[in-house]
Amino acid sequence: MTARERVAGTVANYVDERTGAAKWMKKNLTKVFPDHWSFMLGEIALYSFVILLLSGTFLTFWFDPSMKEVVYNGSYMPLKNVQMSAAYASTLHISFDVRGGLLMRQIHHWAALIFMAAIVVHLLRVFFTGAFRKPREFNWLLGIGLLTLGIVEGFLGYSLPDDLLSGTGIRIAQAIIQALPVVGSYLSFFAFGGAFPGSAFIPRIYTVHILLLPGIFLALITVHLMLVWYQKHTQYPGPGRTEKNVVGYPLMPVYMAKAGGFFFIVFGVTAFLGAVASINPIWLYGPYTPGQISAGSQPDWYMGWLDGLVRMSPPIETHAFGHTISWNILIPGLIIPGILFTGMALYPFIESWITGDKREHHLLDRPRNVPNRTALGAMSLTFMIVALINGGNDIIATHFSLTINQIMWFTRFGLIILPPLAFVITKRICLSLQRADRELVLHGRETGRLVMLPHGEFVEVHEPLTAEKKWTLTQHEQLPAIALEQHDARGVRNPKGIRAKLQARFSAANAEVVTKPTTEEVKQLESGHH
Amino acid sequence: MANELAPLSDPGLPQHVHRKADTDPKAEKRAEQQVAILFAISGLGTILFIYSYIFIKTDLFVFLPILGQTNAHQLGLGMGLTIALLGIGFGAVHWAKTLMSDTEVIAERHEFRSSDEDRADFVSTVKERAAEAGLGRRSLIKRSLALSVGLVGLSPLLLLRDLGPLPKDDLSKTSWRTGTRLVTDPGDRPIKASDLEVGAVAQVLPELRPGQERTLEDIGKDAVLLIRLRPEEFQLDAQRKSWTHEGIIAFSKICSHMGCAVALYEQQTKHLLCPCHQSTFDVTRAAKVIFGPAARPLPQLAITVDADGYLIAQQPFTESVGPSYWERSS
Repeated sequence: MTARERVAGTVANYVDERTGAAKWMKKNLTKVFPDHWSFMLGEIALYSFVILLLSGTFLTFWFDPSMKEVVYNGSYMPLKNVQMSAAYASTLHISFDVRGGLLMRQIHHWAALIFMAAIVVHLLRVFFTGAFRKPREFNWLLGIGLLTLGIVEGFLGYSLPDDLLSGTGIRIAQAIIQALPVVGSYLSFFAFGGAFPGSAFIPRIYTVHILLLPGIFLALITVHLMLVWYQKHTQYPGPGRTEKNVVGYPLMPVYMAKAGGFFFIVFGVTAFLGAVASINPIWLYGPYTPGQISAGSQPDWYMGWLDGLVRMSPPIETHAFGHTISWNILIPGLIIPGILFTGMALYPFIESWITGDKREHHLLDRPRNVPNRTALGAMSLTFMIVALINGGNDIIATHFSLTINQIMWFTRFGLIILPPLAFVITKRICLSLQRADRELVLHGRETGRLVMLPHGEFVEVHEPLTAEKKWTLTQHEQLPAIALEQHDARGVRNPKGIRAKLQARFSAANAEVVTKPTTEEVKQLESGHH
Repeated sequence: MANELAPLSDPGLPQHVHRKADTDPKAEKRAEQQVAILFAISGLGTILFIYSYIFIKTDLFVFLPILGQTNAHQLGLGMGLTIALLGIGFGAVHWAKTLMSDTEVIAERHEFRSSDEDRADFVSTVKERAAEAGLGRRSLIKRSLALSVGLVGLSPLLLLRDLGPLPKDDLSKTSWRTGTRLVTDPGDRPIKASDLEVGAVAQVLPELRPGQERTLEDIGKDAVLLIRLRPEEFQLDAQRKSWTHEGIIAFSKICSHMGCAVALYEQQTKHLLCPCHQSTFDVTRAAKVIFGPAARPLPQLAITVDADGYLIAQQPFTESVGPSYWERSS
């Protein structure tokens, strides 16, 4: 035994005698993780979160979350002797007078953008591959929670510097609070400690931004990961991969090295962006005052869709019995987002209700094999993209020489017309891809080699797929539609008529597929050919 | 369905294909060196980082293609950190991909559902314990407990009451009074009609009373935009016309939609545009909403001149300025 081994043994013994960790570690160090590029999306979100904690902690050492008026006296000349809040002045101080401060600020902001982007793309991956199905519904809900909190956390974060742009964002948030029926003005006065903007809001959201929400994030992310660990990761279908196993690489050493290395890569890319790509240059905006604004005011992208919905809202307000209800704020700002997020959260339960499928699923779907879900996803995504486009209508207008009015009317109609269109088109594409898969399995890959037969006919040589590839393309289930039971066993009319009808209708739509090839068909073709 | 009867069969895991480094010692050596080089590059990145922190002046700017004028200190720090991190990252991944085992391992999954026996045990345990505690029988205790827990829950809510004062009439009142002078923002100078040419725009605030200080809360309600047109360009009713002075019209600058500053004036069309949500107001028609989500015109401030010829408010605003709220009556 070498000296090093002896030391390691002593330490391990000390720890194990007090925790019994060896048994647990032995089992989990060999834990198997399947490998696929799309499984890295959630990892990017996790690593960005760590980067946010590190860079954020650095920023707190200098940031002064106070709205007390001070006179700027730092090294950024254009704002010298300008009155501003201590929050804004300290942000300038971090940007210009703390070495590496601007780099950290930009890393923090870029990491927030990457964090949100990774969450959204990760969510799309989980949705389109059906990874949310039983037994992973809890993790879907946790994910929706994290997405929602992420939006709030990001907004609070870029509101902190108290510059002209972020102050405008807070003003809009205040208007949404104030628009709430009955309690609106009270809530606004409580939140802001009086009239807008007051001097309480920035210190308050600072506590929420750096303590409350990160704490909740840590807890939710921990549970999210523990569930992934405990339930084992889903895997894509393929030869040797079943609902009963998980095929991949062991945690130690392969996955540790890859995941650990990937953390550094994500951090490196974020650092690169922070080094060369200027983001939120608050010194150009000036301090916040409610009487001023800059043209082209834009929220960060994950709020853009919300702003886009508010922008396209028709001007409707109700004035009755001495009270006002601002539908032009409530509908786009609260009601539609509420419906969207609730629907998203409930989707796994809705789908399993419609399909009647209560089994566990560990093999992912190829999106084409579930045309309705894929089409629904494309439809929702189209809705969000149209809203997001309108969130940048002023920027688009100036860049493409359009008028605001043209874009607004395009998105107003587009929001209603384009999503259903996306549904239909996506569904057709899915079915076509199924057809293409069937062709591939039955006739093989087109090689592009043309051969002249003895009697003069030209044919293209098709190369048969490998058995593995054929299996990958045909392993999915094609469930028949649920038969509508109008009467129960004793001939009494089914009391759950409407529900059953709905279910039957949806499941009939789900059963609309291109029938996958059977062994017989493949054999027949193989004996006929060549 | 026929295809459910005879689907294609699973050929099982494909045969493992060895990488070059698994069989060729030279390739293995090469991969090892590549990993080491990547880690060494990371070290160079850290050296660049330290060098930039200590030796590059924070106000040194250099010209670079694409980036343009760039702060060398910030760039040196950032690129140093980037190289340091990416070196480690790529090195570790390269190590994993070329030298660590790439044989796929199969692990079995287990159903999450507990066995029926465990479930039955669980139910009986819960029932037993609950019975022991008398949860089923002692409804008095249960109800009083629920009540007291509910009441305790009120305390934190009550504690939040002092977060802010009640709104009272704050949302409906501004600092504008009858006879308040309009002063420039910034500058706080009273202005005369002749200070504004036709087509000009100016932001004004109410003149401060002696000893009064201007807060951001005041500006958030008091900011007013003056626009001077030719009097015949207006299409106003008699009352609103009487609120203008020699073609100068005054509107609240705080958007009636969500409170942003309505700061974009298009001189050609005589439209005011809010940059937040593009609500567009027609100045010639008393700031009527002609586009966008705002539902109400910008409140108009009645102005005239005092004996010295300075612009003053004829009266306070006749309605609340800024975004709507529940208690707003019109």
